[in-house]
Amino acid sequence: MQTPISAQRAPGFWPLATVFALFVLFLYGPMITIFVLSFQGPEGGLTFPLRGVSLHWFHKLAEGLGTVDIGAAFRRSLALGAVVMGFTVVLSVLAGLAFRKKLTGSNALFFVTVASLIMPSIIISLGIGLQFRLLDTGIKSVLTAMDATSLLEGYGTALGLFSSALGAHLTWTLPFGLLIMFAVFNRFNPAYEEAARDLGATPWQAFRFVVLPLIGPSIVGIGMFGFTLSWDEIARTSQAIGDVNTLPLELQGLTSTVTTPSIYALGTVTTVVSLLVMALALGAAALLRRRAVRRP
Amino acid sequence: MNSSPAVEKLPGGIAAWWQAAPFALVFLLFFLVPLALVAMVSLWNFNEYELIPALTLRNYLSLFEGCSRLTDNGDLCVTLNTYLSTFKFCVLVWGITLLVGFSVAHFLAFHVRSSTVQTVLFVLCTVPFWTSNVIRMISWVPLLGRNGLVNQALMGTGLVNQPVEWLLFSDFSVVLAFVHLYTMFMIVPIFNSMMRIDRSLLEAASDAGASGWQTLWNVVVPLSRTGILIGSIFVITIVMGDFVTIGVMGGQQIASIGKIIQVQTSYLQFPLAAANAMILLAVVLMIIWGLTRLVDIRKEL
Repeated sequence: MQTPISAQRAPGFWPLATVFALFVLFLYGPMITIFVLSFQGPEGGLTFPLRGVSLHWFHKLAEGLGTVDIGAAFRRSLALGAVVMGFTVVLSVLAGLAFRKKLTGSNALFFVTVASLIMPSIIISLGIGLQFRLLDTGIKSVLTAMDATSLLEGYGTALGLFSSALGAHLTWTLPFGLLIMFAVFNRFNPAYEEAARDLGATPWQAFRFVVLPLIGPSIVGIGMFGFTLSWDEIARTSQAIGDVNTLPLELQGLTSTVTTPSIYALGTVTTVVSLLVMALALGAAALLRRRAVRRP
Repeated sequence: MNSSPAVEKLPGGIAAWWQAAPFALVFLLFFLVPLALVAMVSLWNFNEYELIPALTLRNYLSLFEGCSRLTDNGDLCVTLNTYLSTFKFCVLVWGITLLVGFSVAHFLAFHVRSSTVQTVLFVLCTVPFWTSNVIRMISWVPLLGRNGLVNQALMGTGLVNQPVEWLLFSDFSVVLAFVHLYTMFMIVPIFNSMMRIDRSLLEAASDAGASGWQTLWNVVVPLSRTGILIGSIFVITIVMGDFVTIGVMGGQQIASIGKIIQVQTSYLQFPLAAANAMILLAVVLMIIWGLTRLVDIRKEL
């Protein structure tokens, strides 16, 4: 062959390009449809044609759907997502640092992390729900034994947004966080850090002023994973949350009861939140990268 | 430390332990202990009011009650039937996501030249992963429903006289939604494996006279097997344990193991749900074990 292979389109380019284009259409087409339909006029229904363009269904959404307080669920999910994000970032970065060193049991910990990632979510959800109900039984029997009647009457359940649900979300977000840290440190050149240490930096200073600026953009990425995965989580939360519900759980319940475009409006709102977080993360990562480059 | 090469790990000591401790604690409290409790409670007895900590195989036995023979209608028992139905979804979804995911990853890895375009297209494929699954499921309603776009088009062209009913809330829509949601889990690991393939191997195969298909089958596929394996494990474990997608896209009419566990949990029948969960776990572990064997055998051939 005269021309080098890399100078021409490899065989199969056009068929595969077509497959790719169709796949992207398949991915985004339906989402664009409900985005458009959420602006359906007041007379319109769940399907096309579009009868006018309005914000009618967003107003309906703000008033609440049936008995469900969408605003409260929205705020709960936002708060939980923020807390999950914080824990995911801090714990993943710490664990990532630990895995760089000689650590007895690091293989076992890695195995458990991967197992948590691929474990069917319903099993984890069931386990955590069970754990907290057994905890309730235990606490109640202790309170009974102590004759603390007033405490006993006031006691509801240990299940909740920031106990069991938080734990359930972390079993899903932390494995992603650790895998990202692995990818980061595989490409990380330890020479900078060693130079800092040779110049007399304490381990904290070496981390704060050398390692952290270098891995900053990736940490933003871990934060984005933490928030968005928590924001949309259903399977692991479902049995492990108790009386209150997160937004996606409410949404799942609404799919069978709501028959107006309000549900599309809700879809548009939650998707916009996800996209905003992604854009923020990309922006922050770019900013950090530029600052790291600009520094002498 | 100056003399130590980069590949050698830094000395650990007490600092490394403290750094890993909170991470490990989360998995101890919210993964290992709950799993142990599920295993334990699956052997407990229960009545309408409470769990009774006494060892019994009653829960497991009741799962397989009547499974030794066919029912009067010639059907299998509920448990086996549900597993069969879940396996069916598993095989269909696995096959389709593998085919589509491999094609997309192949296109991204070998046919896109500019690394910027490559990154942009890759991100384009992964963005939906960070948006809500339920939203992506209901986004099929305006397309597949009785009065949806697909039916409007079919009726408009005169291909059918009545709206096609099996498009939504059917096995078809369940598989479609699974493929829509989880092909990403195939694309990412397979793409990752493909990017590690030395390009000179492909040129060597081509120079040695291999056709495109021969190169694909004898060079690219074997070298992508780790990615294929990881993607397959993701997709299969998700489908085996699913109850949300099958619930929403099946119109709450199609059974799945995950759904049985969910219903039993919501009725507080924890021992039954736990026994079901243990069996599901065993089945999933056997599938993963089988898949890893498959890859090892390929390596030996």
